[in-house]
Amino acid sequence: MPDLEPIIGRYLRMSVQGVPYRVYFEEAGSGIPLICLHTAGSDTRQYRHLMADGEITRSYRVMAFDLPWHGKSNPPVGFQDQEYRLTTRLYTDTIMAFCRAMELKKPVVMGCSMGGRIVLELALRHGDELRAVIGLEGADHQEPWYDTAWLHRPDVHGGEICAALVSGNMAPHSPDEPRWETLWGYMQGGPGIFKGDLYFYRVDSDFRDRVAGIDASRCPVYLLTGEYDFSCTPEDTLRTGKKIPGSKVMIMERLGHFPMSENPAQFRKYILPVLGEIAGIKEK
Amino acid sequence: MIEKLPELVNENQAILHRGRFVTAEIQVIVGKEDYRLRIEEGRITGVERGPFIMRPYSITIRAPAEAWGKFWQVYPPPGYQDIFAMTKRGEAEVSGDLRLLMQNLRYFKDLLEAPRKLAREERNA
Repeated sequence: MPDLEPIIGRYLRMSVQGVPYRVYFEEAGSGIPLICLHTAGSDTRQYRHLMADGEITRSYRVMAFDLPWHGKSNPPVGFQDQEYRLTTRLYTDTIMAFCRAMELKKPVVMGCSMGGRIVLELALRHGDELRAVIGLEGADHQEPWYDTAWLHRPDVHGGEICAALVSGNMAPHSPDEPRWETLWGYMQGGPGIFKGDLYFYRVDSDFRDRVAGIDASRCPVYLLTGEYDFSCTPEDTLRTGKKIPGSKVMIMERLGHFPMSENPAQFRKYILPVLGEIAGIKEK
Repeated sequence: MIEKLPELVNENQAILHRGRFVTAEIQVIVGKEDYRLRIEEGRITGVERGPFIMRPYSITIRAPAEAWGKFWQVYPPPGYQDIFAMTKRGEAEVSGDLRLLMQNLRYFKDLLEAPRKLAREERNA
């Protein structure tokens, strides 16, 4: 018998802001749709452990898609003459376009890092269409720690610098294998893509003045941040949670900025109860 | 600890490979102690302890001795696991030829983190 994993990958045709895309996504399980958003400059492989976790897939249809320009989702026609720049609007429209194209009913959206940031906007603007949001390593704002110009220039190797920069943002306890697999994702990003994602993260998504408008009784908000994350620090997440009445915040021990991929075994201790709680919420 | 870097780096083939294009003199400051490392194609060929008077070097990495002590633990506390975690919290400073640093960041991080091997050995002893 072939040793097959339960994850299935397919391509979806969808348009975002009038531009057609061929988007790659993976899924496993059945039940409540759970969309997983990868970090800046990486792709869906970060969620492969979650998608292979029977505890989760027995009640969730876990799905993750590569954003256009990432992983196996190609950039749009004519990309060679464009500089990729993700904005709050484009990111939101892309996620909602995926949900609609897949005809998902009230999905849970979980994102990490920039994905953990955008779920705040989703809860604010599209809370009625979602069952809940989970922000991993998410906050309404955070202080930058390097100049993103280093990420895309001919005299510095893009893949090597992206991986080397983010490498320290994991917990020292995270095992070598998943840690280096996480870095491999960064080594494989297209030129300028991590930088283009960080345009959203650094420049276009200061949500400090709007997160107070999120109604967590309408769309429950969970924020989980690793204690070793020095990019989105526990303080950033705690501050954000305080502004959203009813939100639930957890600081995760022995985890950094990539909890689902740097140490899946440690992460599941924190995410299983959250997913269990969300599954138990009665739909209004 | 800095005096042990040549042995730690030069016996590690993976680090040497990553640093194969690095030939430079760098300065590492541990509290009040000033060290100068000569690197040739990734290999550390000299460590000198200061004080130095206007000696040239391409990169300076500076942090208090206490911060380096945490950084070199097997499991550093949060905020001390990475040189940029320490610069973000204002405990470390990196200056000089940042292009050289960024072109070879994995190498320089490996070099600075090399003493953790000794902490691991001590822990396992």
